[in-house]
Amino acid sequence: MPDKEFTFPVDRTAIMLFARSVLDNRPEFTDPDSPEAKALGGVVAPPTFTWAGSHYEPNYNLDMTRPGWKPPSSSGGGSLGRGLHGEQHYEYFHPIHAGDTLNVTISPGNSWEKDGRRGGKLRFAENIYEYTNQDGVLCVRVRMVGVTTEKAVEQ
Amino acid sequence: MADVKVGDKRDQVVIERVTRTHIVKYAGTSGDYNPLHHDDEFAQKAGYPSVFAHGMLSMGLTGRMLTDWFGAVALRKYGVRFTKQVFPGEQLTAHGEVTAIAEENGEKRAVVHVWTTNSAGETVVDGEAVAAV
Repeated sequence: MPDKEFTFPVDRTAIMLFARSVLDNRPEFTDPDSPEAKALGGVVAPPTFTWAGSHYEPNYNLDMTRPGWKPPSSSGGGSLGRGLHGEQHYEYFHPIHAGDTLNVTISPGNSWEKDGRRGGKLRFAENIYEYTNQDGVLCVRVRMVGVTTEKAVEQ
Repeated sequence: MADVKVGDKRDQVVIERVTRTHIVKYAGTSGDYNPLHHDDEFAQKAGYPSVFAHGMLSMGLTGRMLTDWFGAVALRKYGVRFTKQVFPGEQLTAHGEVTAIAEENGEKRAVVHVWTTNSAGETVVDGEAVAAV
C-alpha cells in the first residue's frame, strides 16, 4: 500500500515554468506551436518535471505556508533544517504530455543508518514515486533517497 | 544519433552563476519551499554559511546537458547522488561520457556517466543516464 496517492493534473504553464527554472527552454517543453512539440503530439515534460507534483501532494511538509502545514517529524523525514536530499533516480517509460492527468503513488522503500564524518549519524530513507497517466500507462518511476543528519554537513 | 560511441564526451556550462533568484524560482516551480534554500537566517541557524540550491535544481540544470545532447524524450534512466551543496555565486558545468552502448527493448541505448562540477572543480552531482540513441 502506498503511503500517499493523489492526482497531479499536468498543465502547459506548469511545464513551461519548470523548464524555465532549470534553464531548459526547448520548444518541446515550452511551445506547443513549434514543429518540435507537434512532432511529439504536444508539449512534453522535462526529465525532472515530476518533482513539481509536490504542489498536489497532500500533507507535503516542505511548504510551511500551506494551510494545515505540520513540521516534518524529526525521526522520519527529518526536520526542515536537518533533512537533505541524498539521491534521485528516474526511470522513464512513456512521455508525460501537457494535459495529462497523472495518478501519483508514494511508497516507502528501504531505510538504513550510517556514521558520516561530515554530518554525524546519517539516517537514509527511500521513497518510491510512480506517475501513471489517464490511460493507465506508467510514465515515470522515481527512487528518492532522503538523508537526515545529526548536524549541518561540514563544507 | 546513430553515431554515438563509447568515449564520446560532453562538457557544458549549465548555469553561469547560481543566484538566489534562480533558487527562489526553482522553489516556486518545484513546490519545495524548505527555508534552507531561501532564508539565510534559517540556513545559518541550521549551521550552513548561507542558503544553498536544491539538489534537484542542480539535477534539473544538469538534465539540460542531456536533453541538448540526446533530445527531449530520449532518456530512459537518469539517476544521481548529491555529493556537495551548491551555494549562490557558483558556476555549474555538467559533464557526460558514454561508457557503454547496449541494445535493450529493441533500441540502441547509450549509458552515460554524468557529473557536474562547481567553480572550484568539485563534484556536486554524480550519476548515470541511459538514453535511446
